[in-house]
Amino acid sequence: MGRVFPNRRRFLGLVAGSLLTHSTGRNARASAPAAPAKSRVVIARDADLRGAGAALDSGRLLKLLDRSLQSYFATDSPPEAWKRLARPGEVVGLKVNCLAGRGISTSLPLVEAVCERLQQAGIPARNIVIWDRLNSDLESAGFRLATSPDRIRCLGNDALGYETELTAYGSAASLMARALTEVCDAVISLPVLKDHGIVGVTMALKNMFGAIHNPNKYHVAVGNPYVADVYMLPPIRQKVRLAICDATTAQYEGGPSYMPHWTWPYNGLIVARDPVALDHTGWRIIEKKRAEKGMKPLRAMQREPAYIATAADAAHRLGTNDPARIQVIEV
Amino acid sequence: MGTRREFVKSAMLPCLLAGGAGRWTQAAPLAGAEQQEEARFIVEAAFYEKQPYKKIRCKLCPRECVIDDRERGYCGVRENRGGVYYTLVHSRVCTAHVDPIEKKPFFHFLPGSQAFSIATAGCNVNCKMCQNWEISQARPEQVRATYLPPRQLAAAARENQCASIAYTYSEPVIYYEYMLDAAEAARAAGVKSAVVTGAYIHQDPLRKLCQRVDAVKVDLKAFSQKFYKEVVNGELKPVLDALVTLRKLGMWTEIVYLVVPTLNDSDQEFKALAAWIKSELGLDVPVHFTRFQPQYLLKNLPPTPLKTLERAKAVADAAGLHYVYVGNVPEHPAENTYCPKCRRAVVERAGFTIKALRLRKGKCQYCQQEIAGVWS
Repeated sequence: MGRVFPNRRRFLGLVAGSLLTHSTGRNARASAPAAPAKSRVVIARDADLRGAGAALDSGRLLKLLDRSLQSYFATDSPPEAWKRLARPGEVVGLKVNCLAGRGISTSLPLVEAVCERLQQAGIPARNIVIWDRLNSDLESAGFRLATSPDRIRCLGNDALGYETELTAYGSAASLMARALTEVCDAVISLPVLKDHGIVGVTMALKNMFGAIHNPNKYHVAVGNPYVADVYMLPPIRQKVRLAICDATTAQYEGGPSYMPHWTWPYNGLIVARDPVALDHTGWRIIEKKRAEKGMKPLRAMQREPAYIATAADAAHRLGTNDPARIQVIEV
Repeated sequence: MGTRREFVKSAMLPCLLAGGAGRWTQAAPLAGAEQQEEARFIVEAAFYEKQPYKKIRCKLCPRECVIDDRERGYCGVRENRGGVYYTLVHSRVCTAHVDPIEKKPFFHFLPGSQAFSIATAGCNVNCKMCQNWEISQARPEQVRATYLPPRQLAAAARENQCASIAYTYSEPVIYYEYMLDAAEAARAAGVKSAVVTGAYIHQDPLRKLCQRVDAVKVDLKAFSQKFYKEVVNGELKPVLDALVTLRKLGMWTEIVYLVVPTLNDSDQEFKALAAWIKSELGLDVPVHFTRFQPQYLLKNLPPTPLKTLERAKAVADAAGLHYVYVGNVPEHPAENTYCPKCRRAVVERAGFTIKALRLRKGKCQYCQQEIAGVWS
C-alpha cells in the first residue's frame, strides 16, 4: 500500500535542510541546530468542580476551561485564547467521544462551555458542529441531535456520511467522515481520560477513530500502528487544532465501556496541541491510579499503548512522548 | 464482461432493492419508524461466550474478538449490547443479483443453473485485493440495504428460476445466523445453498453450517501464513482446517486461488499447495487459479500475467489434480472440464456460459469415467 506523499512538516524539514546545505558553502560554518521546543500540556484541576453533589458545576467548569486555555496560550482573556484556534468564518467541529454513554463520555457542560467561548471569540452558532460516530452515541451521552443550519449542529457520521474515495497512510485506509472533510474547517478534539480494553488507553489520538468508516479494523495488535497511522490521514492532521481532554471523570479499568466502580473524579481538563504528549501524560495518570488501586500496569495486561511511541517516531512525528520534551503545566 | 466490482455496484433487482448497492448515503437521523426497521435486522448472535463485566468473546471465527459493551467485533456487524451479542445484519441484504453459478465460480455444481446471489455488509478479514471492499469493509448502517427474511429470500430464488442461493460477495461467515436460517428456508422450498467464503471460521459453526448447505467454494488466498498476516489480516491454518473438515463431511467443495503477482505466485507456493490438496483433500477438488485485477489497496500491482496462471495450472496438473482451471480469462481452454481419464472435454464453457455438456448421469459420455461434482 502506498503512503501519502511526505507530509507538510517533513516537506518543510527537507526544504529547510536543503537550504541550510546550500547556504553553508565550502567556507561557512553551520550553526548548531536549535533545541526542539517542548510540547506543552496544561493540566487544570478544581477540587470543588462538583460542588456538594456529583453533578458538574457549570460555572466552575467554565472557569476551569478558561484557566486551562489562558495558561496554554499565555493570554489573560478567554476570547483571546479561543481566537488562536479559529477565525471568524471558519466552521469549527467539536469531536466528542460518546461511545460509552453517560458516565464516561465528553460531558455536556464542557461542550456547552466550549461553545460559549467559541461564540464569544466570533464563531457564530451556525458554524459550530458537535459530532461523533453515531447519532445514537450522541443521544446516549445526553446530547440532543440538531440539524438546523442556523444553530449549533449536533449529529453523527451516520447522518453526514463519508467520502467515497479512500484516504490511506501506512496500515490505515479509510473513508473519511464528511464532517471532517467537508463540513468543518477546524476541529477541537474532546476525548475523555480512560483506559481501553484492547489498545490500552483512548484519548486524543484514538478519538479520531470517530473520523473514519472502519475503526473496527484497527483494534488488532493493541492498535499499533493503526492508531498512529489513522491520525496521519491528512484531513485529521491538517484540521485538528487542539485537544481538550475531558478528565472531569476518569476511568482506569474496564474502558471503553462505563464502569463506575473503576472511575474517579479527577476533576480536571488536559489541554495540548500535541496529541502524543497529551496521550502520554494521560496514560501516566491512569497508570498512577492503577498502581494506587493495586492493579497491574497495562504492560502486564498485554495492552501497553505502544501506538503512542509509534506516533512519536521518525515516520510519524505526530508529537513527542519523551518526558524531557514535554512541559506539563499544572494550574 | 464487467468486473465484479462494477456488478456489485450496478446489479440490483429493482423489485427487491432500491438504489445502488454499496453507495454511501447521507441518511437523515433515524426517526421512530426507522428505528423499528433497524430492530428487524438485530438478532441474538450464535457462538459467543459471556465474560465478566458485560464483555463477550465471539466464538464464530478464530479471531475470537473480545468485545466491550457497545462495541463491535472486527467484522463490524456484530455488536455487544449490555453483555448480549447481536448480529446487526440478519435479513439485511445490501446486494442481490441473479448470476450464473459458474460466476461464483462453481464449475462442478449444478452447471448452467442460476444462483440467487446475496450479501450483507461486513467481513472478518481485510484483504488488500478485495473486489467488494465497499460492502465488505463497511458497517451495515453505511450501505443501503433491504429487509429480506429467509422465506422471502427462498421465494425470490424460486420466482427467478434459481436452483440455488449463493451467499457471497462479502463474507458470509459474518452473516452466519442469516445464512443458516436462509439455508433452512431454501431447503424447505427445494432450493439449494452454495457458500462462497474465505472459510475463516471455527469448526463448530462450520459443522453446523454444513448440515444445511450444499456446496462451498473456498477462497484460499495463498499458501503462506506471511500472506495471510500481511495481505489478508487473517490466518492460514484455520482455513486449511476448514477445508479438511469440508472433505470429511462430504461437502462439495471447490477452491479459488487468486494469483496476485509478486505476493503469492511462486512455483514453490504452487507446489506446496498442490501437494497439500492432493494429500489432504484428494485429487477431485476443483482448483481455480484466477487472474487478479488491481483493486482496493493493491492498485499498484499489475493484473496476473496469463503465463503465471498457466504455470500454476501446470504445477497442479503435474501433481495429479484432476480439475484445474484458469479463471477470469474468458475463452481460455482451461475453463473447460476435461475427463481425467480420457482427457476429452466433458464441459465446454465460454465465460460463464455452458457451450456443451457431455456427461451422462455424472459420467464422461465417452469413457464412462465418473466426473466428480453435483450435476443435478
